[in-house]
Amino acid sequence: MTKLTDFTIGSALAGLKKGDFTSVELTTEFNKAVDKGRKLNAFITETPELALDMAAASDARRKKGEVGLVEGIPIAMKDLYCTKGVQTTAASKILEGFVPTYESTVSDNLFKNGAVMLGKASMDEFAMGSANITSGYGNVLSPWKAKGDNELCRIPGGSSGGSSAAVSARIAMAATGTDTGGSIRQPASVTGIVGIKPTYGRCSRWGIIAFASSLDQAGPLTQNVEDAAIMLQAMSGWDAKDSTSVNVPVPDYTKSLGQSVKGLKVGIPKEYRIDGMSDEIEKNWQQGIQWLKDAGAEIVDISLSHTSYALATYYILAPAECSSNLARYDGMRYGKRVEGRDLTDTYESTRAAGFGSEVQRRILIGTYVLSAGYYDAYYLKAQKIRSLIAQDFAEAYKKVDVILTPTTPGSAFKIGEKQDDPIKMYLEDVFTVPVNLAGLPGMSLPSGLDKTGLPLGLQLIGKPFDEETLFRVGHVLEKAANFTAKPDMEWMK
Amino acid sequence: MDKQTVLKVARLARLKITDARAEELAVNFEGLFKWIEQLDAVDAKGVEPMTAVVHHQAYRRPDAVTDGHRQGEIVANAPDSAEGFFVVPKVVE
Repeated sequence: MTKLTDFTIGSALAGLKKGDFTSVELTTEFNKAVDKGRKLNAFITETPELALDMAAASDARRKKGEVGLVEGIPIAMKDLYCTKGVQTTAASKILEGFVPTYESTVSDNLFKNGAVMLGKASMDEFAMGSANITSGYGNVLSPWKAKGDNELCRIPGGSSGGSSAAVSARIAMAATGTDTGGSIRQPASVTGIVGIKPTYGRCSRWGIIAFASSLDQAGPLTQNVEDAAIMLQAMSGWDAKDSTSVNVPVPDYTKSLGQSVKGLKVGIPKEYRIDGMSDEIEKNWQQGIQWLKDAGAEIVDISLSHTSYALATYYILAPAECSSNLARYDGMRYGKRVEGRDLTDTYESTRAAGFGSEVQRRILIGTYVLSAGYYDAYYLKAQKIRSLIAQDFAEAYKKVDVILTPTTPGSAFKIGEKQDDPIKMYLEDVFTVPVNLAGLPGMSLPSGLDKTGLPLGLQLIGKPFDEETLFRVGHVLEKAANFTAKPDMEWMK
Repeated sequence: MDKQTVLKVARLARLKITDARAEELAVNFEGLFKWIEQLDAVDAKGVEPMTAVVHHQAYRRPDAVTDGHRQGEIVANAPDSAEGFFVVPKVVE
């Protein structure tokens, strides 16, 4: 029999339905896997007892015929989601010991649909990073090794690095993530799994600790496209508590799976062929194009002419929003407090001790670009360029149904690389950031291995609220790619 | 970008940083803003700034009290509290 931890959500739901195993049995196996997989440091807080209680409750519901979309499925929750009664830190020391008294809407949606929580997944501090090396609770390791690596030393991507490490190592069946500039898609890509950031407004941001509110979106990281469809459906929906969530119906995403892409117009943006991109990434992209051609899609060359300005635009807007959002951490009402000489000194000492160096950098950049005399030159200008980037996409979607690009300009690098120069690290998100700026849905799925044996991903970008086309095309690409590679899990034994 | 600017911004952001760190950051920011200068090449005259991501009708609800009586929950995570109130450092001498 297949190991219970090797099941996908789709196959586990079938097994649970048939009575082959219970959620308690499934959860017990995943609790053991979490325990054995501790070397990855994927979790900040493990909740094995809570998981078993939730699993038992799920089994009882199932007996009564009450079956949610992810009934009995054990998942990891990114530590950015406030979870009632369970410590929530955003991977920051400033929130160490913070126990929310309320549940985020998305985690609540998942729990109402039967999900079982294994623990809170690590991440970059306040979701700021692309390598999961800024967490206040230690680096997270990818379970993947390149040829020649003697030990686990690769980044799991970021900021949802605990989520990607847990799902790719099969110590969680799926995980939640959040994506502000690529934080779901890039970790999914470098660990060989699927990740989708839906359209801005599809998932409620209520109860998710804010980084850059006009860019943040929730989404899942999963083993395959079907699981992503199931998870996203369970997470999505309008919420009166988030005025930017949009009141449109959530389709049954699994209905998009298995549908033909014949005649579908797929855009290939020439600006995504960037300097310094490896031949392997280009080859991987060409392969993706060929797979879609073979499936009957029509390939259309398009131009997104402001693409090269997206990163610099993002690194004005995101820090600006971050400096504003993180102003609330002052040590008065919750979180860490360091007593000072006077009130100002208490604020300054608290924030200096509580925030890590990357978060402090971004707060300072954001404060600077919003300060008197610089606001128009930086912040306002960036908002205007953001309009141009969004217009590029809107123009392209007059001609095409979906866009295909690489997810990242390279495979997983080693922890410690690219750390000397923040701009090099930012380039990791060069293909994902424009999607957040335009508020569009984007999915990454594994498409092959590079010559060192590390996963590569392809990104699909859709029209607003058209996640269905991403699932439809993603499913076709997944079949063609037949990505069956798994990390060597010898270290876990 | 010099050390003094960084220290001034740190003051605005209520972050205590050392002189050495400010000097380090000044160099770092100098590089970053040089990179950001590439945006000068974009002619954005007359372009509306993007201030909303999705354009949809704002939702209206009755102006009614729908929540409350959560004093205990609200102060539950306070570094210091007494009798349901936050205890904060003395502000007025």
